[in-house]
Amino acid sequence: MIPELGHFALVLAFVLALVQAVVPLVGAARNNQSMMAVARPAAQGQFLFIVFAYGCLTWAFITSDFSVQLAATNSHSETPLMYKITGVWGNHEGSLLLWAMSLSLWTVAVTVFSRNLPDAFMARVIGVLGFVSLGFIAFMLVTSNPFDRLLPGAPQGRDLNPLLQDPGMIIHPPLLYMGYVGFSVAFAFAIAALLTGRFDAAWARWSRPWTTVAWVFLTAGIAVGSGWAYYELGWGGWWFWDPVENASFIPWLVGTALMHSLAVTEKRGAFRSWTVLLAISAFSLSLLGTFLVRSGVITSVHAFATDPARGMFILALLVIVIGVSLLLYAWRAPKLTGGGSFGLVSRDTTLLGNNVLLAVVAASVLLGTLYPLFLDALNLGKISVGPPYFEAVFVPLMTPVVVLMMFGPFLRWKNDEMGAVVRRLAPAAVVSVLTGVGVAFAIGNPTWRTMLGISLAAWVVLTSFQLLAARLKDRHGGTTSSRLSTIPAAWWGMWLAHFGVGIFIIGVTLVGSIESNLDLRMKEGQQADFAGYTVKFRGVVEADGPNYDAMRATIDLSRDGRAIATLQPEKRVYRAMGMPMTEAALDIGVFRDVYVSLGEQLPEGDWIVSLHYKPFISWIWAGCIFMVLGGILAAADRRYRRLAERSAPAGAAAHAA
Amino acid sequence: MRVKSVFARRIGLSLLLSAVLGGGGVAFADDAAQVAVPVVANPELEAEVMELSHKLRCLVCQNQSIAESNAPLAVDLRDQVREQLEAGKSKDDVLEYLVERYGDFVLYEPPFKTTTLLLWGGPAALLVGGAGWLAFRLRRRQAEAAQQARLTDAERDRARALLAGAAPVAADAPSAEEPRS
Amino acid sequence: MKAKFLVPLFLFLVLVGFLAFGLGLNPREVPSPLIDKPAPAFSLARLDQPEQRFSIDEMRGQVWLLNVWASWCVACRQEHPVLVDLARRNLVPIVGLNYKEVRGDGAIDARGMALEVETAQAISRARGWLKAHGDPYQLSVLDIDGRVGIDFGVYGVPETFLIDRDGRIRYKHIGPVTPDNLQKVLLPKIEELKRAG
Repeated sequence: MIPELGHFALVLAFVLALVQAVVPLVGAARNNQSMMAVARPAAQGQFLFIVFAYGCLTWAFITSDFSVQLAATNSHSETPLMYKITGVWGNHEGSLLLWAMSLSLWTVAVTVFSRNLPDAFMARVIGVLGFVSLGFIAFMLVTSNPFDRLLPGAPQGRDLNPLLQDPGMIIHPPLLYMGYVGFSVAFAFAIAALLTGRFDAAWARWSRPWTTVAWVFLTAGIAVGSGWAYYELGWGGWWFWDPVENASFIPWLVGTALMHSLAVTEKRGAFRSWTVLLAISAFSLSLLGTFLVRSGVITSVHAFATDPARGMFILALLVIVIGVSLLLYAWRAPKLTGGGSFGLVSRDTTLLGNNVLLAVVAASVLLGTLYPLFLDALNLGKISVGPPYFEAVFVPLMTPVVVLMMFGPFLRWKNDEMGAVVRRLAPAAVVSVLTGVGVAFAIGNPTWRTMLGISLAAWVVLTSFQLLAARLKDRHGGTTSSRLSTIPAAWWGMWLAHFGVGIFIIGVTLVGSIESNLDLRMKEGQQADFAGYTVKFRGVVEADGPNYDAMRATIDLSRDGRAIATLQPEKRVYRAMGMPMTEAALDIGVFRDVYVSLGEQLPEGDWIVSLHYKPFISWIWAGCIFMVLGGILAAADRRYRRLAERSAPAGAAAHAA
Repeated sequence: MRVKSVFARRIGLSLLLSAVLGGGGVAFADDAAQVAVPVVANPELEAEVMELSHKLRCLVCQNQSIAESNAPLAVDLRDQVREQLEAGKSKDDVLEYLVERYGDFVLYEPPFKTTTLLLWGGPAALLVGGAGWLAFRLRRRQAEAAQQARLTDAERDRARALLAGAAPVAADAPSAEEPRS
Repeated sequence: MKAKFLVPLFLFLVLVGFLAFGLGLNPREVPSPLIDKPAPAFSLARLDQPEQRFSIDEMRGQVWLLNVWASWCVACRQEHPVLVDLARRNLVPIVGLNYKEVRGDGAIDARGMALEVETAQAISRARGWLKAHGDPYQLSVLDIDGRVGIDFGVYGVPETFLIDRDGRIRYKHIGPVTPDNLQKVLLPKIEELKRAG
């Protein structure tokens, strides 16, 4: 009964999405206030029904109702409660419902936080979001009903994929989806602006915080996903350039470009057609990622069970949503010329330069991801494009981005003088290169990769502090702390996020340069030296969990006779699927992780123990945390609220005129 | 595993305490039998095997290298790689051996040939294209700005009239709605 | 509408074309680079007479099929009746390459097993399976460690190679042969090769 209620709620949500998509847009076109006023209640009602449907599905999982197909294939009565709840999105249908729910949540957020938008503009934004929602709910109802019954019901479920039974997987998908889907708001703002032809600074100002928040979610989602891969896959890799990872990374790159482009459009009125194109692209690429994961056109570790009928449906959805948007763009964008003029040496130029570079990087990653498909479709053979290609392409293209990233904030808008800035930053540049070369030799890894990485990181860190010092000097009078407090949150956000990039690069570079690993055969009581540590194997005991059988090793980690940690890696076999899993154990430190995973038991009775020494790997995620915090600060700047209020009447007037 | 590791550390502390109280502690392993043996006799060779294995795709897996996968075929191929490197073959020989049997598909780094021209040249072409477009736009903007700065009002009016006759001019001045911050 | 603003739409439509086409493709099926190349030489013990060895030179002058199978392979059981039926029609000799009979079976821990023990086990398992399901093969050979399989670029069992009179591989079928595959692809190719020589 409850699954049927959920299904019915989904049908009602579909009807409301239809209303939300059509009525406000027609109302806006006819300037009919009462039709426009339908937008908010329709969106909010839709949200309630989707949440209700989602709750019903979760209920089927929690109560182990295996007459629901989805629960039968993705849950088990012995699965821990937490993973019963998260199991809802560990599959194609459930994750689509999560997708739709987060779209609906974003829409409701727009109705709540953007009350100051002109009515007609708001109606169009909500209408566009309604169309996207309509497509996704239809997709579920037609090809991927999460509430399908299994008659007769299964006596027991097949359990959630053990890889997904992990704390990281509890938060990774919701964060990632909030990020993907969050770009729909900037997208809807862009489409609404294209519909009205209204592309002023206010439009950019309204779009900025939404884009930044979506970017924050996406950054956090990707970071958590990579952290999960790091400890869950058992050998310490953290990024694989898998098509599905790329599918999330490409929108991230474009979203990053969009955030910066919006800044220029807001401040200077420039790059308007480019900004609109980025806003459309960021969301379109999120949709494309959804297609890639669910259609089976590309082989990936993470792909959902696929089905060509579903692929065809999403492709049709892509054609409608993206095709119509780009057509609208082609029609309206030519009018978007002009904007403030600026000189060759200006903050505008560096931002535009980085925008172009980020777009080139995104296009290159997309090219590499889809190239095997292109060749196969043209019958030119099958190839694989993997990490060696992406690294070869990514590093040279991102290097100028990082260099320019720190130049920009030192330059004035509109026009600046090259000589002065070069003189100011030359010492930092020289010190950075020297640091890079010096560190590379000091750690005994004098490769180009290490030198470049450390130089770039040093550049970011040094210039960050130089920028902070300059900013403090600009404000005269008062104590340092009072001068610090006058700096707006948005500036701190920018500073912190850029600083985070430097931290991130340190982590990536050093872990790649000086990590080491050793596989040992260990018997109880044996020990070995590894990377300056002594590792002692104290034996293996059975340690069964609720839905798995496990062997748990106890390993003492010490250094110079001083105990540091006791690590307990496990080897599990999840009973329902009979799937073996390696649960690594980590001693996490600021400057290094020691990572231990338990391999097989050999016929002679000893165990294979795999040890990894991962210097500075935490800095990768620390860098991401800085970026996320930076994004949050930037989005929280008081300016947006103040300006939104101030511009509201003007906006309404402009529209009425 | 951050959560778990905190947990592990707490357990570690109590174990350490019991070890100390029980008179245990870290043994000084003079006894050779107490020293664990590495799985591989030759770590340098193994490092090369793994380096190469990371560049080779496991054909039966979804999308994993033969270094990451424990599928039987991946294990067999890893053994092949090890055997051949041990026999003194070069890395290129090993790659060629596998490509002869499984095709370019096994290589994660696609070879440079006519069919991959666009793949390898694409990013560079995009970069050149992007940079060219950027340079073109910036020069045009700069020219406009310079011209505006140099002309007197009267000249500007005349130029505007001339240009208006020839082609529509992109409005360069910011529109009224834009802030002049 | 200026042309340059249509570029994104154009690129997108090209992409959609490829994606639509991609839906009909199988990304898991990897074509063999060995097509039209001489079949790799090998010499392996025969399943029926393990003391005797078989090499592909013995098949020179004939068009024949090399079918890779194992008793643990589920899909092999599915294709087996098709092969038995084909053998009954006497159109083409089929040689079986029994692939990693023991160590390929996930249920068996063959580590540390002596080669003789493994071979003996492989023979009894493989013979038992053929007795139970019918024997379509002119003969089968034992690829205990899968090395010959690697030479043939085998990555999924079953696989079937069509080899011509000169000992060149002319076609490779990956996965179980279905009656439909046989009728529409394999048999016409076999006929063509037979006529050609």
